[in-house]
Amino acid sequence: MHRKLTAALVAASLLGCASAYAQGAKPNDAQIAHIAYTAGEIDIKAAQLALKKSKNAEVRAFAQDMVRDHKAVNQKALALVKKLKVKPQDNDTSRALLKQAKAKQAELAKLSGAAFDKAYAQNEVAYHKTVDSALETTLIPGASNQELKDLLATGLKIFQGHEQHAEHVAAGLK
Amino acid sequence: MGPRLCAAGVSLWLAVFAASHPATAATIRVTVDKISFGPTQVSAHVGDTIEWVNSDFLAHSATDRKKAWDVFLPPNAKRSVKLTHPGEIDYYCRFHPNMVGHISVAP
Repeated sequence: MHRKLTAALVAASLLGCASAYAQGAKPNDAQIAHIAYTAGEIDIKAAQLALKKSKNAEVRAFAQDMVRDHKAVNQKALALVKKLKVKPQDNDTSRALLKQAKAKQAELAKLSGAAFDKAYAQNEVAYHKTVDSALETTLIPGASNQELKDLLATGLKIFQGHEQHAEHVAAGLK
Repeated sequence: MGPRLCAAGVSLWLAVFAASHPATAATIRVTVDKISFGPTQVSAHVGDTIEWVNSDFLAHSATDRKKAWDVFLPPNAKRSVKLTHPGEIDYYCRFHPNMVGHISVAP
C-alpha cells in the first residue's frame, strides 16, 4: 500500500500541473487541498464502518475521535479553499487514494469481531503513516499558499497524534 | 536575644515562610495551541491551579499518566485542575499522544 501510494504521488508529481508558475512538477494548491480533504474523508468512512461493526470500547472511542477530528480539519480546509477562492481539483493522487480506500473498505467489511478490530486498528496505523509521509514529503513542501501550508502542517501534527493513538489501540488488541 | 535581634529573626522567618508558602494560591495558565501545550513544563505549588486554555479548533485532553485526572478540553474552552499533592506529573493528550506536558509540584 505504501509503495502504491508513493508511486501514485510520484506519478502525480511527474504529470505536473497546468500552472506555468508551478515550481517544477508538483501538484498545485487546488490539487493539494483536494488530496488532503479526500484523505480525511476516507478516514471518516473507515471510522463509520468501525462504529457499525465494532463492539470494542477502545476501538469505538478511537473511531469517534477520528470522525470528530477529521470533520473538524476538513471544515477548516473547506473554509480555507472558499476564502482563497480555490476550487479543489480531482487528480490522480486523490483518485488513487479513493481506489485503494474502497478496496480496503471492502476487505474490512468482510471481517467481524476481534479480526475486524485488529485489521481496522492496523490499517489506521498504516494509513496515517502513509498520509503523514505524503504530507511531509509532497503536500506541505508543494503548497504555495502560506495559509494552506500552515493548515497542512497542523494537520500533520494531528495525524501524527492519530498514528500514535492508533498504535496504542492496535497494541492493546494483541 | 535583644528585641531588635528578635524582630529581625521574626521578619526573617516571615520572609522564608512567605517565600515557601505563598499567601494566595496561583493559577498557572497553559495554552493549547497548534497541537501542543505551552509552556510544556511548569513549576507550581500544592494548592495552585493549572488552567488549560484550548485555542485549537479540535478537542484535546490533559490526562495524567498516573491517571489521577483526565481533563477533557473542548475547542476554545478553559478547564482547570487543582494540584493537591507534591511531585512530578507527566501528562498528555489522549487523542493526540504526541502532545505532552510536565508539572513540577513543590510542597
